[in-house]
Amino acid sequence: MQYLVSVIDDKTNSGTAEEALAIDDFNEKLRTGGHWVFAGGLAAPETSTVIDGRGEQPLFTDGPFVESKEHIAGFWIIDAPDLDVALALMTEGSKACNRRVEVRPFLV
Amino acid sequence: MQPPGRGAAVPGVTEAVARAYREQWARLVATLARRYGDLDLAEESAAEAFATAVERWAVDGVPPNPGGWLTTTANRKAIDRIRRENKRDDKHREALMLSEDAPPEPLGAVDDDRLRLIYTCCHPALAMEARVALTLRMVGGLTMPEIARSFLVQEATMGQRITRAKAKIAAARIPYRVPSAQDLPARTTGVLAVLFLVFNEGYLATGPDTDPVRPHLTAEAIRLTRLVRTLLPEDGEVAGLLALMLLTEARRPARVAADGTLVPLASQDRHTWDGALVDEGHRLVRERLASGAAPGRYQLLAAINAVHTDARDARDTDWSQVVALYDQLVRVDPSPIVALNRAVAVAEVDGPQAALAAVDHLPLDGYHAFHATRAELLRRLDRSAESRAAYDRAIALAGNTAETAYLARRRDELVTAAPDRPPRSPGRSRTGEAPG
Repeated sequence: MQYLVSVIDDKTNSGTAEEALAIDDFNEKLRTGGHWVFAGGLAAPETSTVIDGRGEQPLFTDGPFVESKEHIAGFWIIDAPDLDVALALMTEGSKACNRRVEVRPFLV
Repeated sequence: MQPPGRGAAVPGVTEAVARAYREQWARLVATLARRYGDLDLAEESAAEAFATAVERWAVDGVPPNPGGWLTTTANRKAIDRIRRENKRDDKHREALMLSEDAPPEPLGAVDDDRLRLIYTCCHPALAMEARVALTLRMVGGLTMPEIARSFLVQEATMGQRITRAKAKIAAARIPYRVPSAQDLPARTTGVLAVLFLVFNEGYLATGPDTDPVRPHLTAEAIRLTRLVRTLLPEDGEVAGLLALMLLTEARRPARVAADGTLVPLASQDRHTWDGALVDEGHRLVRERLASGAAPGRYQLLAAINAVHTDARDARDTDWSQVVALYDQLVRVDPSPIVALNRAVAVAEVDGPQAALAAVDHLPLDGYHAFHATRAELLRRLDRSAESRAAYDRAIALAGNTAETAYLARRRDELVTAAPDRPPRSPGRSRTGEAPG
């Protein structure tokens, strides 16, 4: 079972070197435990572009698609047998990146 | 609580079905949920089995082993439903083969199933209101309309709440199991919080124009807590919560006057308290004291209630004991609400001035009991105008009809009792007006 874990932030490029180290350690733990699928940090939401390719001509607009106080600053995709395992892991992940995180299951 | 459907012709069948429903519902849902890995299917099949029991037992008589009959019938319903809905994933197919002639479950496994069900319904990833609704439906067996009425929401809203919670359990894969030893204490605390919330909504029902007490909810909370106690007999906090509920419920007959006004503890007719419940509650508190283990929040609250219910007359209350217990409780639970309740006991030992000093700085401006407590303390200090203002705030914030009526009466007594001290704005005087 895979879960998308979004890192919630209200500032951009606000990560510290200390947090980066803690995240590295945590990622290592994910790999060792066989939970790692993918992870990455994201550039500011203002750098995004929205595409509507359903018409004859593709329509490009300056993003983000929804304006909000908080945004997704990065994410993990993890593999866990159930939500309890995912929650226990990502409680540590939240500590490591020093942000709140949202755990959301992929459709199976 | 009524099982679905009626129409029993054979005498005693309605009672037999009702009793089986009380005794077997949670076990049936829990076993089916483990076997088929699907809460929805478990609930529907259990409900269908009871509906069939209402029809069949009226014709064939009550079977010698109602629990076994219900399990077999519910399993058949589940298999029918799986075939009908053409669910063919491995888990279901496997379950289908298993249940053809599955041996009876050993008792320990049944207990485990019910615990699994309770922990799943009270999972911290679900919204609190969903945990409450799911627990009442899946474990308590209350019907959707009953739950909706209990919490004053539309049936459709309550239905959606439960459907959403079940969908999340399935999609996010909330596991159907007893939590690990490491998580167990926190998860059990979460279960007790759900049960206490159900009890309080019954005991201090909120909402304008509604009954101030909903006894079916307090009864259900006690029944479920008894169940949890049989499943976790060693847990001191489970025993503490049960004792707390029993000692509170025991006072229910004395708590609301004939005119619908709340009767505070000090003025209650103690002869109308339920002696059997008081005895049972005291027994549990003594048992916990004898264990020598450090008491948690519910055990301390139960002990405080034991002191109150021990006094034949309110004047005989051992208030210094109550304060000592609150001192312990503050260490376990340093919340402002505990500090507020402690101050009420302090007033009896050290006087209203000391209590007011302890209350005034508390960050509870949005809580009716904070203002009600201040109002009573200010009254005792003869500061009528301030007391009246505090009653006004308390009345505006209180949600329980009996409590509102009581506070209004106290406030209006204040006005007539101090005619030489008119309110600051004379135009708003309520002298002589009947309380609302």
